[in-house]
Amino acid sequence: MTPEFARARRIASKAAHTAVLIFFVTFLAFPFYWMVITAFKTNQDLYDTQNNPYLFNSPPTLRHLSVLFEDTQYLQWLLNTGFVGVVVVIITLLLAVPAGYALARMTGAWAQTLGVAIFLTYLVPPTILFIPFSRIIATLGLQDSVWSLILVYPSFTVPFCTWLLMGFFKAIPRDLEDAAMIDGLSRFGAFIKVVMPISVAGMLTAVIFAFTLVTQEFVYGVTFITASSSYTVSVGVPTFLVRGDVYFWGSMMAACLIASVPIAIIYNFFVTRFVAGFTMGAIK
Amino acid sequence: MTSAITGTAGKIRGKDRLLSRFADNDRWLWRAMLAPAILYIGLLVGFPFLLSLYYSMSSVTVASQDVHFVGLENFRRIVESGTFWLSLQNTIVITVVSQFFVLVFANILATALVVDFRGRWLVRLLILLPWVAPISLGSIGWLWIFDSIYSVINWTARAVGLLGPNEWPIWLGQPTLARASIIIVNVWRILPLATVIVLAGLSSIPQDIHDAAEVDGAGFWRHHFQITTPLILPITLVALLFGIIFTFTDLIVVFVLTRGGPYDTTQVIASWAYFTGIQGGDLAGGAAISLFLFPVLAGVAILFLWLARHTEVT
Repeated sequence: MTPEFARARRIASKAAHTAVLIFFVTFLAFPFYWMVITAFKTNQDLYDTQNNPYLFNSPPTLRHLSVLFEDTQYLQWLLNTGFVGVVVVIITLLLAVPAGYALARMTGAWAQTLGVAIFLTYLVPPTILFIPFSRIIATLGLQDSVWSLILVYPSFTVPFCTWLLMGFFKAIPRDLEDAAMIDGLSRFGAFIKVVMPISVAGMLTAVIFAFTLVTQEFVYGVTFITASSSYTVSVGVPTFLVRGDVYFWGSMMAACLIASVPIAIIYNFFVTRFVAGFTMGAIK
Repeated sequence: MTSAITGTAGKIRGKDRLLSRFADNDRWLWRAMLAPAILYIGLLVGFPFLLSLYYSMSSVTVASQDVHFVGLENFRRIVESGTFWLSLQNTIVITVVSQFFVLVFANILATALVVDFRGRWLVRLLILLPWVAPISLGSIGWLWIFDSIYSVINWTARAVGLLGPNEWPIWLGQPTLARASIIIVNVWRILPLATVIVLAGLSSIPQDIHDAAEVDGAGFWRHHFQITTPLILPITLVALLFGIIFTFTDLIVVFVLTRGGPYDTTQVIASWAYFTGIQGGDLAGGAAISLFLFPVLAGVAILFLWLARHTEVT
C-alpha cells in the first residue's frame, strides 16, 4: 500500500463517517430545528408559499410565545405536568427503592424470576389497559382530575425503576452492609444508613427516568381527562391546540420545543444507565 | 500482623453468627420491602387486565348500568368488520417495515458513533431528541412537516426539481403516502433507542477481538459481518423486541397524524380500539379489539424470558 493510497483511504473513510452522521442527525433532529424556525416566524412569512421556508423572510417574532402563554392554558399544563411528575416520582421511589434492594439482596432462583416478571410488566402497554381503566377512574370519581394520572402512572414507572435500582444495588458490595451490621445496625438500618447515601446517583437516574415517562404519557391522559384545565403538556398540545380547523402552528411548535428540549438535555447525562436497564444485563 | 489475622478471623466468625441470626428476619424483611411494589403493580396492571378480559365478553358501554355476559359475540362482530382486517394489516405492515429500517439504520449509526470524534456529545444529544421528547409533541412537529399546503418536504422537492409545479402530494391525505408517513415517524421515534442499545453492545466488545481481526487481515466488511455482528446479535434482539412492542401497541402517532383517516385506511389496532371504546363509547368492543395486541406482547415477553435465561443477568 503506497502512502498516497493509504492517505486517500483515510480521507474517504473520514468522509463516509461524516456523511453518515450528517444524514442521521438531519433526519432525527430536523423536526426540532423546524420547530425553532416555525416558533419565531411571523404568520405572514409562514403562510406564504412563495417564501423560502428555511429562512426568516421577515424579522423573527415572539408573538407566538406570547399567544401561547397568554391566550392558552399552556402554563397550566406545564404546572400540571410538573405536579403529576413530582408526585409520581415520590410514589415511585417509595415503592421501587425497597423492592429493588430486596431483589438485589435476595438469594435463590425465584428472586431472579420475580425481578424479570416485574420488568415484564413494564412492557404491558397502556393501549391494552386504558379501556377498563376509563371505567375504573369514572367509578372512583377521578375523571378530569390529575389525581387519576397520579394513581395510574406508577403502574409503569415502578416496574422499570425497580429493575434499574436492582441493577444499581447489586453493584454495591455486600461487605459494606455486613460491616455495618457487625457494628450493631440491623439489615434495614444498614440499608438506610449505609446503602442509601451511596446510591444517590442510582436514585437520581430513577427520578429522571420516571419523570420522563410521565411527561411522555399520552394514552391515559387523553382517556381520563376532557377538561382542558387538567391536561398535561403531552395531551393538551395535540388535542386542545388542534381543535377545530385553525392550527396555531407557531404557538404549537413553541409549545413542543419548551416541553421537550430541557428534559432531553438532562436525560442525555444519564443515558448510559438507562441503556444498562433496557439491555437487561445482556451486556456488562 | 498476628493481630490482623485474628481480627479477620473474629470478623468472619461474627459474620457467620450474624448471618444465621438474621436469616429468618431477612426473609420477612424482603417480603415487607417487596410487598408494596408488587401489590401496586398487581392492582394497577393485573386487575385492569382481568377486567379487560371480562369486558371483551360483556355488553358494557360507557353509559350502561346493567352489564351482561355475551360470550364471544364482540369478537365475532370485530372479525366480521372490514376495518378490523385493515387495522391488523396496517399494524403489522407498519411494525415490520419500520423495524426493518430501524435495525439497518441503528447498526450503521451505532458503528459511526462508536469511534471517538470531536462533538460526539452534541451529536448524541441531537440523535436522542426524538426518543426523549414526548411522542405526541414530536408527532405534532411531523404533522406540520407533512402539512398539505406548507409541507417543507414538498417545497424542498420542488426547489430541487423532484416535483413538478402541478404535483401536490398530500402526505396525510392519500392512503399509501399516509401509511408511509406513519412508518417514517415510527422509524424516527424508535431509532434513537435502538442506536444507543446497539452502541452499548458495540462498546462492550473487548478491543483484543478487534485487534486480532486486524492482525488476521480482515477488511472492514468482513470484520463487520463476521465478527462484530454475531457478537452484538443478542443485544440487537433486545433492541428489536423493544421496537416491536413500542410500535405495535402505539396509538399516538396515528392519533396525531391521521386519526385513522382517510376513511380508516391508516387505522391500527390501538387507534381503532380508542375510537371504538372511548370516543364511540363501546367499551366492550374496544376492550376486545385491544386484546388483539396481546399475542404479540406475550410472544415478546417469552423471547425476553428466553434471553434473560441465556445471557447472564447481572
